[in-house]
Amino acid sequence: MATPTLEVRNLRTHFFTRGGVVKAVDDVSFSIQRGKVLGLVGESGSGKTVTGFSILGLVDAPGRIVGGQILFQGRDLVTMSESEMRDLRGNRIAMIFQDPMMTLNPVLRVDTQMIETVLAHKKVSREEARQRARDTLGMVGIPSPDERLKSYPHQFSGGMRQRVAIAIALLHEPDLIVADEPTTALDVTIQGQILAEVQKLASTTGTALLWITHDLSVVAGLADDVAVMYAGRIVEHGAVSEVLDTPLHPYTYGLIGSVPSRNKRGEPLRQIPGMTPSLLNLPPGCAFRTRCPRAAEVCMAEPEIRELAPGRDVRCFRPMSEAAEQAA
Amino acid sequence: MTVYLVRRLIQALFVVLAMSLIVFVGVYAIGDPVEILISPDADQIERERAIVALGLDLPLWQQYLVFLTNAVQGDLGRSFVFNEPALRLILQRMPATLELAFGATFLALVIGLPLGLYAGLRPNASASKTIMAGSILGFSLPTFWVGLMMIMVFAVQLGWLPSTGRGTTCSVLGFIGLQPCSSGVQWSFLTIDGLSHMVMPAVNLALFKISLVIRLTRAGVRETMLMDYVKFARAKGLSPARVTFVHVFKNIMIPVVTVVGLELGSTIAFSVVTESVFAWPGMGKLIIDSINVLDRPVIVAYLMIIVMMFITINLVVDLTYSLLDPRVRLENKGT
Repeated sequence: MATPTLEVRNLRTHFFTRGGVVKAVDDVSFSIQRGKVLGLVGESGSGKTVTGFSILGLVDAPGRIVGGQILFQGRDLVTMSESEMRDLRGNRIAMIFQDPMMTLNPVLRVDTQMIETVLAHKKVSREEARQRARDTLGMVGIPSPDERLKSYPHQFSGGMRQRVAIAIALLHEPDLIVADEPTTALDVTIQGQILAEVQKLASTTGTALLWITHDLSVVAGLADDVAVMYAGRIVEHGAVSEVLDTPLHPYTYGLIGSVPSRNKRGEPLRQIPGMTPSLLNLPPGCAFRTRCPRAAEVCMAEPEIRELAPGRDVRCFRPMSEAAEQAA
Repeated sequence: MTVYLVRRLIQALFVVLAMSLIVFVGVYAIGDPVEILISPDADQIERERAIVALGLDLPLWQQYLVFLTNAVQGDLGRSFVFNEPALRLILQRMPATLELAFGATFLALVIGLPLGLYAGLRPNASASKTIMAGSILGFSLPTFWVGLMMIMVFAVQLGWLPSTGRGTTCSVLGFIGLQPCSSGVQWSFLTIDGLSHMVMPAVNLALFKISLVIRLTRAGVRETMLMDYVKFARAKGLSPARVTFVHVFKNIMIPVVTVVGLELGSTIAFSVVTESVFAWPGMGKLIIDSINVLDRPVIVAYLMIIVMMFITINLVVDLTYSLLDPRVRLENKGT
C-alpha cells in the first residue's frame, strides 16, 4: 500500500487546566489513504474536534500535543516548525469548521478573505488570485461569483457561507481536508448537496478527507472507513459497512441504536443511559464501563485496542458479536 | 444616507433647543448675576440702568425669546463681564483646548493600542501584567494630583519642561511661511517651544485615556482571539501579523472608536482641571470663571457649542461604524 496521506499514531493531546489534566485525545491512531474519506464519530466532548485541530497544529493553550506522531505524506507534523506548518495550513491541509455563521470574519469582504488565502501560499498577482477565488466559488455552486465576491459574510445564508468556507478550503486543492461537522448547522437539503460535492471532490482530485461528525447517517453515506471516539479514545475502527452493520463495541452499538429511524414507530426511542463522563475524572478501567450493559469484572482494567478481524479494531474486553467473542 | 444625515441634524436641533432652555432656567435659578456684576456701592438708578442694559428687567420667558431670536441670527449674546460677544470669547480659546484634547487623544491611541494589543495577545506575560497594573494607576490617580506631581518633578526639580502657558504659538499659514506667525489662529503644536509647553498637560490628560484604550483593546483582543474566524484565518495559513492586524484589529476597533470619540468630546468640553493646573488658556478655564460670576450668555453659548460638538462626534463615530462594520446600515437606525 502506498504511503497514506495522513497517518496518526498514538496521538495524545492534553489540556493542562487548573482542575487537572484533561486527556482530550488519548492514544488515537488512524490513517487515511489518498482519495478516501474517514468518518470520525463521537459525542460532544469525545475529542474529535481536538483531534482535528491537532492535525492542523492549532491546539491552543492550555492544550498541547504531548505524544504521538501525525504523519502527513510521511512527514511528522508534530515536530514541524511553526513556519513550515503555516506553509501546509490552508495549502496542503485545509480545514472546514462547524459553524458557518462564525467562520468568516464579519468585517472583511469575501474577496479579501479568499484572496489573502491564495496570496499566503502562491506568488501570484492579486488579479490572478481573484480569478482563482471566483473560479472556486463557482465550483462549489455559488451563483454569480463575481458579484458575491464583493459581498460581506452577513449577506450570505448559512448554507452559502459554508460553501464559501469550503471554497476557501479548496483554493489550493489540498491533499487533506479536515471537516469538523461542516453540515451540522445546515438544513438537510443543503447538507445533501454539500456532501455530494465533497464526495465528488474526494474521488476526482484524490483529496483525503477526515470527516468529523456525530451524525451516523452522514458517515454511512459518505465515508469509506469510520472511527468511533469515546472519551478521547478510538473505541472502534473499520470499514463503514461493517461497523454500521455489525458493531463490535457496545458504545457503537448504542450509538447506532440511538438513531431515531432505526427505532420502531410508537416505541420509546432507545438511548444510551447516563452521559459522557467528564474527562477530568474518568472512571478507572474502560471509560464506557459505567454506561455499558455488558460491563463485567474484567472491564475494571483498561482495555487495549486490538484487531478482532482484518481491518476491524476494537477497544473492548467483551465485544458485541458472539463470533468475535469466541475469536477473542 | 442623506436622509439619515438630515434626520440626525434635525434631532440635533431639538437637542440644542432643549439644552439651551434647561441651561437658561438653570442659571436663572442659581442666582442673580446683578448681585455679582454690579458694585454694591451703586445707587438705585445705576442699578436700574445696568439691569435694563443687560436685558435682565424682562421676565425670564421674554429673555429667553430674545435670546432665541438673536441666536437664530447667529448672535449668542454678549458676555455680561467682558462685554464681548460670547461666541467670540469662546472661539478665541478654542484652539488651545482643541490642540490639547487632540494631542491627548493621539497619545492615547498611539500608546494605548499597541500596549493593549500586546497585553491581549500575551495575557500571561509579566510585561502584560505590568501594563495592566499600570493602567489601573492611570485610572485611579486623580488628574490634578498627577498634574501637580509632574510639575514638581519635570518643571521644578529637573527643569526639563515649562509648567504654565502655551509658549510660543504660530498659525498654520505662518508655519508654512505664507504670512507672519502671529496672524491667524494660533497653535502651540507648530513651534518647538509650544510643543514643550504642551507635553505635560497633554500627557496628564492622556493618562486616563491611555488606560481606557489599553483595557478596551485588551478585552477586545482576548474576546476576538477566541472567535472561530480567527482560528479559521490561522487554518488558512495566514501569517500571525495578518491575523492580528487585519482579522483581529478591525473587529476590536468598533468599541475603541466609540469610547475614544466620546472621550475626545468630554476632553474638549471638560478639561477644566488640567487647564487650571497648567494655566492653559483654554475653554475650560473660561467656563469655570463664567460660572463663578453667573455670566449666563457665555455659559449658554459654551454649552450649546459643546452640545453641537458632541452631536457631531457621535455622528462621526456612527459613520465610522459603517466603515468598520458592514453589518451596520445607517438608514435603519435611530439616534
